[in-house]
Amino acid sequence: MTLPLYDSGAFSALFVGFLFGWVLEGAGFGSARKLTGQFLLRDWTVFKVMFTAVLVAAFGLWLFETLGWLAPDGVFVSQLLVVGTALGGLLIGAGFAIGGYCPGTSAVGLASGRLDALFFMIGMVIGSAVFAAVFDVIGPVVSAEAQVSPTLPEFFGVPALAVILALTAVAVLGWRLGSRLEARFGGPLGVEQVLAGLAEEGSTRRGEAGFVERAVHPAE
Amino acid sequence: MTTQPRPFWSPLVAGLALGGVLLLTFLVTGHGLGASGFFTRLAAWLADLTVPGWARSNSYFAPLFVDHPLASWISFEMVGVVVGALAGAASAGRFRIGIERGAGIGGGARLLNALFGGVLVGFGARVAQGCTSGIGLSGSATLALAGFVFLLGFFAAGFLVSALVRRAWQ
Repeated sequence: MTLPLYDSGAFSALFVGFLFGWVLEGAGFGSARKLTGQFLLRDWTVFKVMFTAVLVAAFGLWLFETLGWLAPDGVFVSQLLVVGTALGGLLIGAGFAIGGYCPGTSAVGLASGRLDALFFMIGMVIGSAVFAAVFDVIGPVVSAEAQVSPTLPEFFGVPALAVILALTAVAVLGWRLGSRLEARFGGPLGVEQVLAGLAEEGSTRRGEAGFVERAVHPAE
Repeated sequence: MTTQPRPFWSPLVAGLALGGVLLLTFLVTGHGLGASGFFTRLAAWLADLTVPGWARSNSYFAPLFVDHPLASWISFEMVGVVVGALAGAASAGRFRIGIERGAGIGGGARLLNALFGGVLVGFGARVAQGCTSGIGLSGSATLALAGFVFLLGFFAAGFLVSALVRRAWQ
């Protein structure tokens, strides 16, 4: 069998989308407070989950290609942009810290019942339209591609497996550092803390019946 | 509301599962997971409904109108994301309708922050030609330079801006 299948039909989209949403929700990524806890240093779940996922997928792609099951250069690789990649990363990091989500996790937040996620989505639609409106002016600058090899192994001239092993070392160190900082800054948010935050919301501001009946005020 | 919510998965379990889903996506479709592309298409479609003619003549949105702007793999994927997350939240007793905010900020201010943050992210995702899913996660899994440059920017700005707005979350 030759992979990838290049199946971009509706069923494959719904299927992997379902799994994607299921896993993100399970990780706690429908919660804006848990997500932004990463940048307050108290909750390193974003770093841990993302880095683990990147390494699993990168190793899997390497393995399948090495075994000859996956066509070489068979999968899409994003090209680095001279300005756009770093600038976009900065803007998304800033928007994430203020708004509490990124595009994928806002869908998970909404599916978990978060109204703030809906407002975040409306904001994204506005931001996309603003970009389109000014595209003729800024497009040539932000969309220019860097004339470099697109992947780390090609860029540094080292085998892919060496890059994966180096990244694994970074991940292990980051994981340990994260766990230490978590212990110092209050620890990762559990489901009870996340839902209790909503309960306070319900009882003080919104008067949502479902929250009032479960209102919990920890630490008081 | 009588069911006791089940705890979130451990980061290791969630990370292994997410990596598995991402690998499966590459093997089946030849590309990774994404999200922001759907909101671009949604913006083009909604713009066309509200200001007839503008989106179709706009140089960025026009190519999306060759077919229906929402007729794309990523639209179905995002429908799947919502259904999957809803199924996960509901089955684990974690679904609650409400506004999630820190104790130091009111509900109205939280919604304005969410809206403003969304504007930055929507704009930034078009600048980077992808988001945390499409570039940060999927790009890095292919060991793309773009993925890691994106993540460096994402975390740098995240820590900096978070230091300025931390009272909104505590």
